[in-house]
Amino acid sequence: MTINTGESEGLQPAKAVFYNDPKVRAIFWQIVAVGGVIAVFWFLIHNTMVNLERQNIASGFSFLDLEAGFAIGEGLVPYSAANSYWRAILVGLLNTIKVAVIGIVFATIIGTVVGVMRLSPNWLIARLATVYIETLRNVPLLLQLFFWYAMIVEVLPRAKEAYGPFLGVYLSNRGFNMPLPDTWGYLGLLGGFLVALIAVIWLYRRNKKIHDETGEIKNTLGPSMLIFAVGMMIGWLAGGAPTSLDSPEFKGFSFKGGGEVTSEFLALWLGLTLYTASFIAEIVRSGILAVSKGQWEAAGSLGLKRGQILRFIVLPQALRVIIPPTTSQYLNLTKNSSLAVAIGYPDIVGVTNTTINQSGQAIEGIAIIMSVYLTLSLSISLFMNWYNTKIALVER
Amino acid sequence: MTDTTEKHEDWSRPPATEVGIIGWLRKNLFSNWFNSILSLLAIYLIITTVPGMVEWALINSVWGDKSPEICREAKGACWAFIYEKHRFIFFGVYPYEQHWRPLVAMIIFLTLIFGSCVKPLWKLGWWIAVAWAVGLVMVGILMWGGVFGLKYVDQNQWGGLPLTLFLATFGTVFAFPLGILLALGRRSRMPAIRSLSVAYIELIRGVPLISILFMASVMFPLFLPAGISIDTLLRAQVGIILFGAAYGAEIIRAGLQAIPRGQYEAADAMGLSYWQSMRKIILPQALRITIPPMVNGFIGGFKDTSLVVIIGLFDLLMTSRVAFQDINWRPFFVEGYLFCAAIYFCFCFFMSRYSQWLEKDLAKGQNH
Repeated sequence: MTINTGESEGLQPAKAVFYNDPKVRAIFWQIVAVGGVIAVFWFLIHNTMVNLERQNIASGFSFLDLEAGFAIGEGLVPYSAANSYWRAILVGLLNTIKVAVIGIVFATIIGTVVGVMRLSPNWLIARLATVYIETLRNVPLLLQLFFWYAMIVEVLPRAKEAYGPFLGVYLSNRGFNMPLPDTWGYLGLLGGFLVALIAVIWLYRRNKKIHDETGEIKNTLGPSMLIFAVGMMIGWLAGGAPTSLDSPEFKGFSFKGGGEVTSEFLALWLGLTLYTASFIAEIVRSGILAVSKGQWEAAGSLGLKRGQILRFIVLPQALRVIIPPTTSQYLNLTKNSSLAVAIGYPDIVGVTNTTINQSGQAIEGIAIIMSVYLTLSLSISLFMNWYNTKIALVER
Repeated sequence: MTDTTEKHEDWSRPPATEVGIIGWLRKNLFSNWFNSILSLLAIYLIITTVPGMVEWALINSVWGDKSPEICREAKGACWAFIYEKHRFIFFGVYPYEQHWRPLVAMIIFLTLIFGSCVKPLWKLGWWIAVAWAVGLVMVGILMWGGVFGLKYVDQNQWGGLPLTLFLATFGTVFAFPLGILLALGRRSRMPAIRSLSVAYIELIRGVPLISILFMASVMFPLFLPAGISIDTLLRAQVGIILFGAAYGAEIIRAGLQAIPRGQYEAADAMGLSYWQSMRKIILPQALRITIPPMVNGFIGGFKDTSLVVIIGLFDLLMTSRVAFQDINWRPFFVEGYLFCAAIYFCFCFFMSRYSQWLEKDLAKGQNH
């Protein structure tokens, strides 16, 4: 460039007009975009304010302290119609979390089993898994929820003639009733279990360390079982060796005592779990298929047994493929739990919807629903991302 | 050992236990004790359920134009219910004598959808878009009427399968360009535009469709100036489009990310402007690889349209439910749900197979 300075002065590109400068253009378009969004929002907010004023609805969240005045079928915290909206929404939120957590646990188990089944060398088992997956994936979840709910309510016997396969366990169109521990003495059992769990984790770590240092493989499974059995036994005895259970009994019109799982929860849980499991099954299957055959063969030639190959070679690699899409299935399950409103399970959407109908506070209600789901989605993403980085391939 | 040569023919053949039905059974069902137990369990499961279901659905069932009383006495399924109510399930409360109109509209619609799936027709390019435009105008004329001597039918009376198809297809057709813009925005170098796109996409993807539909049905009227109102169907449609756009954007973003950097740089080196390089170089390649996931997205969207039931629209699921609200046919909800599920299944299964085939077919071109 320096050599030609003398001659090329005339060839220097003319300075672009300012409106053709990419930087100026970028700033211009960004101002237009942001300005447009602000204008739309201002327009909507302005209209809303005018409309609210016309309908005499006070905006703000102060209505949350008012008395709710409606009953909720089930909940994890005590609640009555005299409590505030705020408490009602809390009940709904806890119900959402309850069904999401239990659904995720079972969907993962069933999905993994079905996914492995579909890869089974057993022709019949593979076909059964295929039929399960294809049927459930291709029918809308809402339809499945309606179907399960109708089956439970219409086909199962009435509470009076409840189907009771074991002592104290009843299945009826009101839901599922079961005995629960009734004294605090059972806490000893729980305590024993927790202590045993800590001991087993310690044992596992110690054995792993020994293996890392010396290559010696110590049996972990047998001692762990023993620790659990002994720990829980001691805990149970320390709690006064309780044996009594609070069994449900049919009195008057409904079951009294024991634990109850309502038909709404049962239908929602069943529908969500089976539907999501069919997606997780496909993810698990593709994850296992993604591990190349050479990995199996290489591990086999190193002398590892089939179980060891799965545990140390195939699963860690498959998990990396499985986890990200499974995370989005967990998110889907959580968001899909909002369909509870269609079958009358009092989740956050159902409760807030009733709140909106009673108080007229539509904007606040929808804002609550959306922020709850955003928070839940974000928490699940964060947790799964943490887990994903933990098991991700560590490269040098 | 000496006589083995005489039986040469025999031992050159595989043992009877390794070939034929027995061999197949041994290999596929009873290869070891664990598999044998699984097979026996599976056989037990099939024997206990399948004959009962077949008996219920086919042998003891009531077909054709029969009264609900006959159905109540029969032990099997009451397909007479479907026979009686099929027009309602398919077309909802659309005026009965005008049912040919949604039927023809649906056929036009399905022809367009299936036609767009046929790969040799893709080279028609823009003509497909023209066909869609013409087809949609025809569908609109048929459904609304009011011209050419057709009686006017308000969209409040639309329902059933055509409504489900409309919601799903328009949801995709309009969400698609919006999704492209959002995906480009998310990958833009301009911070303000990127943040806006990210905020929109993550906000929508973080909340359930139900909350968007509630927003459309409860909150949307508050947003509009006094005196302007939009009916529920259109509001739900807008909600589905806005929802689908966020998901579509993420699929397209994945496609954009899969394009090697060299393509972007080469386009820049050619002196193409941003929009030129996107339109002529990047998007044609990116969209091609996003077609299979897009079809999967469409399947999800198709199933999700059933959520409009919750805000009271008469889609296929709602008409099926209303059909057995009829006091005479109340007990036959299983038949109603199964029929509805079968329709959804046919569409979704076809599309998922199509997407699998397309994925393989598109990959074929890449590797030679």
